[in-house]
Amino acid sequence: MARLATKPGLLFSGSDWDFGKLSRAHEAIEALAIEELHLDTYPVQMEIISSQQMLDAYSSVGMPLMYRHWSFGKHFLYQELLYRKGGRGLAYELVINSNPCIVYLMEENTMALQALVTAHAALGHNHFFKNNHLFRQWTDAGAILSYLDFAKGYITRCEERHGLAAVEAVLDAAHALMEQGVFRYRRPPKLSSERQREGLRERLEYEERSYNDLWRTLPPAQGNKKIDDRDRGMADPKKSLNLPEENLLYFLEKNSLVLEPWQRELVRIVRIIAQYFYPQRQTQVMNEGCATFVHYTLMNMLFDRSQINEGAMLEILRNHSNVIFQPAFDDPRYSGINPYALGLDMMQDIQRIATEPTAEDRDWFPDIAGHGDWREILLDAWANHRDESFIRQYLSPTLIRKWRFFVLGDAADEPHYQVASIHNERGYRKIRAALAHSYDVGVNRPDIQAVDVDLLGDRHLRLQHKVKDGVVLDEASRDATLRHIRRLWGYEVSLAAVDAQTGATINERSSRQIAE
Amino acid sequence: MPIFIDRRLNPKDKSLGNRQRFLRRAREELKRSIRDQIRSGRIADVDAEHTVPMPERGTAEPSFNDDKASGRRQHILPGNRHFAPGDLIPKPGGSGAGGPGNKVSEDDFRFVLSREEVLELFFEDLELPDLVKLNLKEILAFKPRRAGFAATGSPTNVNVGRTMRNSHGRRIALRRPKQEELDAILQEIATLESASAGAATRQRIAGLREELDRLERRRRRIAFVDPVDIRFNRFDARPIPNAKAVMFCLMDVSGSMGEREKDLAKRFFVLLHLFLKRRYERTEIVFIRHTHEAHEVDEDTFFYNTQSGGTIVSTALDEMHRIIEQRYPANEWNIYAAQASDGDNFATDSERCIEFLDRRLMRLCQYFAYVEIIDERETHIFGATENGTSLWRAYSRVELKWPNFQMSRIATPADIYPVFRRLFARQPVPARKSA
Repeated sequence: MARLATKPGLLFSGSDWDFGKLSRAHEAIEALAIEELHLDTYPVQMEIISSQQMLDAYSSVGMPLMYRHWSFGKHFLYQELLYRKGGRGLAYELVINSNPCIVYLMEENTMALQALVTAHAALGHNHFFKNNHLFRQWTDAGAILSYLDFAKGYITRCEERHGLAAVEAVLDAAHALMEQGVFRYRRPPKLSSERQREGLRERLEYEERSYNDLWRTLPPAQGNKKIDDRDRGMADPKKSLNLPEENLLYFLEKNSLVLEPWQRELVRIVRIIAQYFYPQRQTQVMNEGCATFVHYTLMNMLFDRSQINEGAMLEILRNHSNVIFQPAFDDPRYSGINPYALGLDMMQDIQRIATEPTAEDRDWFPDIAGHGDWREILLDAWANHRDESFIRQYLSPTLIRKWRFFVLGDAADEPHYQVASIHNERGYRKIRAALAHSYDVGVNRPDIQAVDVDLLGDRHLRLQHKVKDGVVLDEASRDATLRHIRRLWGYEVSLAAVDAQTGATINERSSRQIAE
Repeated sequence: MPIFIDRRLNPKDKSLGNRQRFLRRAREELKRSIRDQIRSGRIADVDAEHTVPMPERGTAEPSFNDDKASGRRQHILPGNRHFAPGDLIPKPGGSGAGGPGNKVSEDDFRFVLSREEVLELFFEDLELPDLVKLNLKEILAFKPRRAGFAATGSPTNVNVGRTMRNSHGRRIALRRPKQEELDAILQEIATLESASAGAATRQRIAGLREELDRLERRRRRIAFVDPVDIRFNRFDARPIPNAKAVMFCLMDVSGSMGEREKDLAKRFFVLLHLFLKRRYERTEIVFIRHTHEAHEVDEDTFFYNTQSGGTIVSTALDEMHRIIEQRYPANEWNIYAAQASDGDNFATDSERCIEFLDRRLMRLCQYFAYVEIIDERETHIFGATENGTSLWRAYSRVELKWPNFQMSRIATPADIYPVFRRLFARQPVPARKSA
């Protein structure tokens, strides 16, 4: 405090951090964010962790609580190896979409870095989580931690009761279907509250305890009429099972005839976790872009108000430029488009269009060019878009030229790629559409649905893969995944590849053809 | 104001359970890599961490994925320098149509198995009793020894003398009023009060009371024993000093010993070495190989160089005896011997072996283990019968006479342990009986 008094305004100096400095920095940054950027955030919980703990968090998909599974152990080994070889640095922070928003800070960070991370995660990501419509609709930030706690405890109890191998078999199968375990178009129900879950579990336990095989032998009470109804339901499974169904985990959880109640609950846990992460995958560019834009803007503001000194600012800028580094496609370091770089560039571009538009911008973005209040436009974009729509809406010709984007057509049966569009007048719209398309998660993952079940016969489950542009499934992993579905369904499962345009069946693969 | 939580001191190894699950899943493959490493590595290295390649079978995580070599797709790339629409770019050969993006191949991944995990895998088909496994895995016996004082510790370890000395020094330094001073003042007040009550006396009493009050407050503020005074006895875990041991590995390397035989022999040696390493602070290994003549060799030569010639076992015993005389006096060293052979010997030599063991070597050795490696098909022929190779018959007589001589026929790894059964019994120090 004495130092603060001598250097008014300076939040910290030197590279060592302590809790007092962290708290002061957070307060100053938060005040600035609310005042200057009008951010609206969850309360923040900052946790200081070591690198070992960061690796732990990495391997359990970034969640502070997770059930146990061998695949997390495998991922941990990979991460640890990459880290030790120096192939990859650890993230400086990890942020969890929960209320209060949990931010992990690494103990090795310098104070300048902690300030950067605070602005990036505790404000940028936090604002995005709280306001983006996908997160608001699809995830329940207040309930996720208690749900994971429940899941972990439930799975541990299952392991004790039914054995590791039995639990592992179900989890393996469910993990294989995580990609097909989300509702893409339907709004998912809220996570049930703790009390409801408890009630559900008690009911299941009661049913297990009071199970009496005799009830099964009772003749149907209402005579033949009811049976007819049921038969009719079975004859038209599309109606009774709500087919077609895109969420295979949901379908199996509700309709599988062989799963025990606890197995159903395991499938449900995996499905809910998959659903929780689905918005994050749809908003990578926006989420990282928002956080990067926020930290860059806030840090510069702090520097302008001389609340941080040159040394700290230089360190912050160095880290910032590392994060947004984007090599060109022919650079050996190229590994795809850096979402931090693209997001930040687009948001700064919106800022520029709003304040200093060119004639071209006025032509392309009549509603925001020269609007003046870039904060309002950005807040609106952060709240209402996902990557695909954001790029489709806001990628400007200026940026396409800056990035020198081009589109490469790739047909598997030809020996060469063909350049389809480049950054010129004819290409802008095509590049923008193609880039937006490539961020559309719903389109980019194989579209596989449950279409039919032979309820009256051998309970054969039919899945359909809609083949777009001739892209079929990788055979080895397809067979292995079908084997997992077969395990959850209990009866024959077949997957037909159907061309999306012509409707012609390309091939069909049944679990009978695959050796167990 | 955010909430801060310092998690750095949370228990480590949160993902240990996941690691164990992963190792269990990949068990077969890991076991194979450990076995290969033991086969090619040094005996002494078994008891350490090992680096193994990432197992692939059984640890795949399949999901529905697009086949990269089918259909039509578009890549959007940054950094165009000179391409115009319609340009054709040849695909990089061989790597398929994967397009841009380089993934680190998973084959490069190797990870470290801890010593415990390695031993667990090594023991798996040796069929050791659990107690023995536990015994071998525990590192060394430690004994706590006094090592000065510490400012932290558990209440049972408080060193009263030290604590009181510190307290005394602090009380003097901070000038804590002594009980005697208080007593003296009280005494004076009492005397004054009982005497006549003049104005001067009253003033004196008031002054004394004020002084008393000041001293008492001071006593309350300066504790008699303060937490900073407390000292604890510090203990250091020191390994219990143990004697030295030398292990002689004797092996017949004539042509009849093939890969399988050598592999079994090696496991036999490794097991003995693990045992010795646990018991003794310092262990040395001497390798003696023999055909019709015996030499001391290094480990590589021992296992990998072949030599042709006949088989005279007694030469190895001679050599062992010579080395003991020269370098390992029996009063300083615990001598263990492990001999592996296929049982062939010159008929006349077996008698010489018995005599040599009986007269000289068995007096010097703590333990002599002999394994005869036989074909799996022969197990049922030999069974428990006492006939067999000439060496076997000869050694049987030694076994009867000397309790610290053990022998066994082995065909599979599971047969090895019985040879050591006596060694690993609860009181494993073999009493040297005078013959």
